[in-house]
Amino acid sequence: MWQIRIHGRGGQGVVTAAELLAMAAFMDGKYAQAFPSFGSERMGAPVVAFCRVAEGAIRTRETVTRPDVVIIQDPTLLHQVDLFGGLAPLGFVLINSTQTLDALHIEEFLSTLPLGHVCAFSATDLGLKYLKRPIANGPLLGAFAAITGLIRLASVESAIQQKFPGAVGEANRAAAREAFDVVTTSITEQRGIVHHAHAD
Amino acid sequence: MDEAMTTERIKFYQTGTFTAGNRLLDEATRTVQSRLDRTNSLNSGHRACQGCGEALGARYALDAAMRASHNQLIAVNATGCLEVFSSPYPESAWQIPWMHSLFGNAPAVASGIAAALRAKRRDDVTVIAQGGDGATVDIGFGCLSGMFERNDDVLYLCYDNEAYMNTGIQRSGATPPFARTNTTQAVGEHPGNPIGNGKNVPRIALAHGIPYVATASVADLHDLERKVTKAIGVRGARYIHVHVPCPLGWGSDPAHTMKVARLAVESGLFPLFEAEFGKIICSTPIRRKVPVERYLELQTRFKHLFGPPQDTEALAAIQAMADDNIAVYGLME
Amino acid sequence: MRMQIEGSQAVADAIALCQPEVIAAYPISPQTHIVERLSRKTKQGHIGRCQFLNVESEFAALSVLIGASASGARTYTATSSQGLLFMAEAVYNAAGLGLPIVMTIANRAIGAPINIWNDHSDSMALRDAEWIQLFAEDNQDAVDLHIQAFRLAESLSCPVMVCMDGYVLTHAYEPVDVPDAVQVNAYLPPYDPVQVLDPERPVSIGAMVGPEAFTEVKYFSHQQHLRALEVMPELVEAFEQHFQRRSGGLCSAYRMEDADIAVIAMGSVIGTIKDAVDELRNTGVRVGCVKIGCYRPFPKFQVSALLEKTTRVIVVEKDLAVGMGGIVSADVQSALQGRQISVHTVIAGLGGRSISTSSLKHMILEARAERLTEPYFLDLNKTVIEQELARRRDIRRAGPVAEHMLQTMNVIGTKVS
Ligand SMILES: Cc1ncc(C[n+]2csc(CCOP(=O)(O)OP(=O)(O)O)c2C)c(N)n1
Ligand code: SF4
Ligand SMILES: [Mg+2]
Repeated sequence: MWQIRIHGRGGQGVVTAAELLAMAAFMDGKYAQAFPSFGSERMGAPVVAFCRVAEGAIRTRETVTRPDVVIIQDPTLLHQVDLFGGLAPLGFVLINSTQTLDALHIEEFLSTLPLGHVCAFSATDLGLKYLKRPIANGPLLGAFAAITGLIRLASVESAIQQKFPGAVGEANRAAAREAFDVVTTSITEQRGIVHHAHAD
Repeated sequence: MDEAMTTERIKFYQTGTFTAGNRLLDEATRTVQSRLDRTNSLNSGHRACQGCGEALGARYALDAAMRASHNQLIAVNATGCLEVFSSPYPESAWQIPWMHSLFGNAPAVASGIAAALRAKRRDDVTVIAQGGDGATVDIGFGCLSGMFERNDDVLYLCYDNEAYMNTGIQRSGATPPFARTNTTQAVGEHPGNPIGNGKNVPRIALAHGIPYVATASVADLHDLERKVTKAIGVRGARYIHVHVPCPLGWGSDPAHTMKVARLAVESGLFPLFEAEFGKIICSTPIRRKVPVERYLELQTRFKHLFGPPQDTEALAAIQAMADDNIAVYGLME
Repeated sequence: MRMQIEGSQAVADAIALCQPEVIAAYPISPQTHIVERLSRKTKQGHIGRCQFLNVESEFAALSVLIGASASGARTYTATSSQGLLFMAEAVYNAAGLGLPIVMTIANRAIGAPINIWNDHSDSMALRDAEWIQLFAEDNQDAVDLHIQAFRLAESLSCPVMVCMDGYVLTHAYEPVDVPDAVQVNAYLPPYDPVQVLDPERPVSIGAMVGPEAFTEVKYFSHQQHLRALEVMPELVEAFEQHFQRRSGGLCSAYRMEDADIAVIAMGSVIGTIKDAVDELRNTGVRVGCVKIGCYRPFPKFQVSALLEKTTRVIVVEKDLAVGMGGIVSADVQSALQGRQISVHTVIAGLGGRSISTSSLKHMILEARAERLTEPYFLDLNKTVIEQELARRRDIRRAGPVAEHMLQTMNVIGTKVS
């Protein structure tokens, strides 16, 4: 079973992100469960949502404390909230940020993670490009499909389309697709560099 | 009409901006909020949304009340946004004695505090009860009317953002006609809140014949402070109904809270008046009347009225409400 | 159709399929998503001529339904927590009048301190208000129980609460098979009231009854409820025939065949308990789980029968009778009267605290080793309690308990985990 924890701020759509992930997994023929850690937060407060994906029925209802994947929608949460708590040693991290990983100063949390398991890219910029609004969800889900391989990009796209029919969904899909490509390339490069290092 | 003179609007905001000027006033007439010795009754650091009219209104009202009561104040709060964003333990943004009991009983809890103070011969302490429109016009209405009818020594402040915001924008008895909420969706034959509904609690308060009733708005914070100050000087049951835009629920830009509030007043949709012992004694004239569309178009809760096709009938009905207010409260005299 | 859907939406869709004629509701978290969706569906004309009333309180919501139901309409509402308590007087009244109203309880804690998260305090507070109370294990169960609830209520002329865990189920997206209108229509006959306000045949409903017959009236109610214990299994059978899946029922067993230890619970925690049972089974612990699906009327004999071979019972409950202990465990104990079984009470998940598989496993092993205090509070932070007690010994005007506890714990703002 895969456990995913999504961190963001109220109003950024963490719950929608978890829901879309679950829908995409469902379309892939997997079992999925998504739920928010609801609070009485107003716009802008830190919030969390969870998602589980498995090959069989999911029964547990506990919150995700040992995530395999952490998605961070809002970089201002870094060093504010315990984002990486319980992260699996071989887990994945996806950060929406315009800064490079080095500039984020989070190496200490990520030291055990294999290459290609951490990815920082500006999902917001892609949101702005396609949706004219700073919405990071579509691109983040595209990137999720790219780094984890857990769900197919096609399913992410259908989930988006189902949730947001029409032009908004179309723009979101395009943003997700571009994110998928960008992240796939960047991972390949990261791995490529390692290969070179070994070859030398 | 001595009273009318005291309500003369201070017209210090410049055309095109929506900031309230204090610098042009002499010290004595500046807002309580602009003073260094303001009490910050509702302190910074609470969790309201950006541009929350309710947070703004409550802060001005309570600081003015503190000043007027020489800091001898106890406040009761109904469940709702104000209560939730100001108070999760172990933090509290309140610098005054403050109590939350339930959603529907704030007026009665305040009556109880007033009674206890009377029993203890403390006549120097003012009791305020406050709640949203839902707490006031719907679930707590029975307790409110009881508090009025007994003329209990309580000042009740209603922050009217025209829906149940705390639970995620559902319709209340104060939701205006045609407004979209999550229980009056913009679907079906009559999108939004049905027309003909609504409950005018300021007028109902007035019908109780209590010593003081007023409407106020964050559109005019000087006026809000003045009314609160005046109410603190009166004994018995008092009611102030404050219009407070909610960017989240109304779908307005958080930066436009003042603008939206002013357009509600300037269009005639939210009339500002004062009443004593059941009689309206004065109202605030409109400076320059604006058509209701200017107000409505800033809020996505009315988006469905602008089409395409534009719902001219609905817009005309809302304009008629504004015109009616202007006539009834003499806002253009 | 099987889909990945939010619990509240699935339930709202199921309610719509049952074609209620009057819905009245008042918003309260975490019930809101259900009634918002029903408001939309009614407004779009998707539920026939159904009337949706946005009322001014929960008391009004249920009172509206009392009037509507007495006029022969199929009726529905939903609430939670403070809302259920606010309507309490009408809750008893609806039952006393024998009105088959169906109400969802999106279970939530009761304040003060105000808390919007899940536990069972709300429906527990009204467990003896003469309503049938069903508890959903997951969202499929929630959907199916609502469809069964209308048939059950109307066949017995008695109101039914369907309890589903707030947030944990109402706000969870999981796969649910939402049936179609044809299936539901075939299963749920039109409402045929036993009493109705009708100018053609005037009856007086709700008049006074003195000492001469009050006992008999209540006895009759008691018998009606016991009859529900017979009717319900039939409805479950019928449901299975129509929908090709087994749902609901009085109580059921999981891996109980040779179990020495049984963990008994209600609602969504059953899923987590099943995981804990499987993990412990892998280490050789003979443990099983019993789910109570119908809490009122309480299926004493049926529960007792499932515990035939058990020597130890652990009741995990999301409520607390302060000054007494467990509520469900007291019922279980009375069901097991005269038998040599140890019954442990475990209070868990209050005010939304997450119940983890690891805490459950640890607790079960402690119970087996006879090391549980009674009642046992799962994951209780004892340090905080000791500090607060010490503080209160020293300071008379000690202020609100909750505020200081959170300060000791260094928690900033409300946090769920
Ligand atoms: C008896 C009861 N019913 C429902 C609720 C849920 N509830 C809490 S606050 C609220 C809405 C508050 O609306 P309003 O009074 O207008 O204040 P706002 O949040 O809009 O400022 C509701 C419905 C409750 N706490 N108690
Ligand atoms: S929802 Fe509205 S009333 Fe509530 S805090 Fe946000 S802006 Fe203020
Ligand atoms: Mg409100």
